[in-house]
Amino acid sequence: MRAPYLAPLLIVLCGAGPCQREEREVRPDPAAVAETDERVALSTITAGPAAPVVETSGKGRDYETNAYHLSQGKTLYKWFNCNGCHANGGGDSGPPLMDDKWIYGGSIENIVAAIREGRPNGMPSFRGRIPDPQIWEIAAYVRSMSGNVPAAAAPSRSDSLHARPAENRQTPSPPVPGGSTPPSGLMPE
Amino acid sequence: MPVPPASAAPPDDGQWTAPAKNHANTRYSELDEIDTGNVARLTVAFTFSTGVNRGQESAPLVVGDTMYLVTPYPNILYALDLTKPGAPMKWRYEPKPAAAAQGVACCDVVNRGPTYADGRIFYTTLDGHVVAVDAATGGEVWKVRVGDINTGETLTMAPLVARDKVYAGNSGGEYGVRGWIQALSAEDGSTVWKAYNTGPDKDVLIGPEFKPFYAMDQGVDLGVTTWPPDAWQQGGGNVWGWLSFDPDLNLLYHGTGNPGPWNAELRPGDNKWTAGIFARDADSGAARWFYQFSPHDLYDWDGINENILLDLTWQGQPRKVLVRPERNGHVYVLDRTTGEVLSAEPFHHLTATRGVDLKTGRLNYVPEKAPQMNRVVRDICPTAPGAKDWNPSSFSHQTGLLYIPHNNLCMDWQVESVSYIAGTPYVGAEVRMYPGPGGHRGVLAAWDVANAKPVWEIPEKFPVWSGAITTAGGLVFYGTMDGWFKAVDARAGKVLWQFKTASGIIGQPTTYRGPDGHQYVAILSGVGGWAGSVVAADLDVRDGTAAKGFVNAMRDFPDATTKGGTLYVFKLP
Repeated sequence: MRAPYLAPLLIVLCGAGPCQREEREVRPDPAAVAETDERVALSTITAGPAAPVVETSGKGRDYETNAYHLSQGKTLYKWFNCNGCHANGGGDSGPPLMDDKWIYGGSIENIVAAIREGRPNGMPSFRGRIPDPQIWEIAAYVRSMSGNVPAAAAPSRSDSLHARPAENRQTPSPPVPGGSTPPSGLMPE
Repeated sequence: MPVPPASAAPPDDGQWTAPAKNHANTRYSELDEIDTGNVARLTVAFTFSTGVNRGQESAPLVVGDTMYLVTPYPNILYALDLTKPGAPMKWRYEPKPAAAAQGVACCDVVNRGPTYADGRIFYTTLDGHVVAVDAATGGEVWKVRVGDINTGETLTMAPLVARDKVYAGNSGGEYGVRGWIQALSAEDGSTVWKAYNTGPDKDVLIGPEFKPFYAMDQGVDLGVTTWPPDAWQQGGGNVWGWLSFDPDLNLLYHGTGNPGPWNAELRPGDNKWTAGIFARDADSGAARWFYQFSPHDLYDWDGINENILLDLTWQGQPRKVLVRPERNGHVYVLDRTTGEVLSAEPFHHLTATRGVDLKTGRLNYVPEKAPQMNRVVRDICPTAPGAKDWNPSSFSHQTGLLYIPHNNLCMDWQVESVSYIAGTPYVGAEVRMYPGPGGHRGVLAAWDVANAKPVWEIPEKFPVWSGAITTAGGLVFYGTMDGWFKAVDARAGKVLWQFKTASGIIGQPTTYRGPDGHQYVAILSGVGGWAGSVVAADLDVRDGTAAKGFVNAMRDFPDATTKGGTLYVFKLP
């Protein structure tokens, strides 16, 4: 337990001026590892004049604004072979993640659902394969690829060849639902 | 002049019943109504929308008075009635492949064509099936599952039918899929034999008849011992390209794909039997010989390209040979009875290799270009799709030249660690491609087989990803990724006619004699494939590593064409 020894040092350093340290939930409480239950819609319309019913916990914002989670997400993105299908955000057999076109919704809750459930045209389901907090970390990192997380928290470098400007330099491109052409009239995406 | 063996290239009956035209894979038609003198007047006879706007790599077949064409996923088979004006649809067959298969197709959801024999159309589906369809009615005769998409297996190749068997293999070299080829009974689809291309000799069907020419391919269980422990189980060596058959020798020739993963540091050894070619007994599958074009492949150089069977006089001796424009940038001439390499001459700018040692058969790699962890190796030529990818060349029986549609690309490459997770990509490399010397990205080259040297070249702005055919009218037909379908004087290399189709062309032309007795030329337009996935799959050009690095070379391509899926058929007015 090194924390008690570090604490006085931090108090001394922070005494000189404002200081806000980012909190890192390095190893989440096992009780919290159970699957989260966010209520999101895949459509922007509903029966009736109002918007679809969406109830989210706000947990997504905690992940998206946290540099540690985003950094972990970037590492896990490769460890779980996300880059094999989506490259460094430009896409391959899977769609690009750095643009503003979102077939199944572009909110972090939508992305968590897509990773966990899979999607019909080739996205595998990772339920039971990736611990829930790590799915959130990957989803937060995916949001950073299109510039939809704070630049101060987004990763600033890669360990491999220069594929594209770093995530923290990405111009924000807010999600636009749909926008891609289905491969055939018989099998809409 | 080289000639194909008569048994593998019988006299032309005016039909086009298999993508490669004949078992010798020459893609040459004896029809000569359309020739160098009148081709400039070629005009559209009819068109047909496939209804699918992904990469159309398939070949339209003509059997009797019917045309057959198969689409990319969802692999719909259409029959068109050539006796009626406008060639209306006779029927369609929908195999309804699993949509999830699209997620394990490395390089667009393509299909390379159907094959006809004895009243049936045979083809593969993306979700791992081989189907036989009644050519008259469109009724399903049989449908068997041979691949499992949950482990990353798909089927994209055009099967070959010889005598009573249908031969097909799996795709999935980018997913750690263990490659195989199998012979199915044309009658009911049951498996006659199945040969893996990695693993113990008994799985590879290597027995006492196996006599490879070079010492490097001789030994016991090399499919195990040339790999780190158990790595052969995810080792690739898939069969997704072209098959040839020599009826006189009763030998089937098939290439084997790249070893997996791309990161070669994870698989020290020669990685048998990947990136090479097998000659197998067509009835039993027993291996007769093997030659490895790219031992311990470093750059995704699949050995699946077309094998053109020719008989020629080589240094005064009559030889039965097999000609192979290979992904590693050499045109190989092999003795097809023994697997001996007679010559291997470059047809692409090479920086990563220095020729082939004809004594040992080994490709000489340049050590400075060998990939290492945590280092970007620059200026590697040719690239991962190779000097030439799957798109087949054509041998003209008339000129004795081979017409090779190919790339002109180089790349930067960095290997990295990768986890094997079944059903997800197993690659471990980041790539950036760019144009080779001259700045053009594609070439149509005429190659003198007998003298192993180039004759002429036509540079193209984008990679040439379509196949080529030749005709007795002295013509070569091919298409470009920006949509031009071209007829070239086979001797002079001059473009005599061109037509701009709706989308880019990556398909295989065919030509046939219609029910009216006149010659027609057919091509599918609709861009995609690995090279065109930036358009077909709406990729983001800001990421150069997208589509395994191909996007870096194709950033301007979305401004040149859009998606499509249209058949064009041409005739003289």
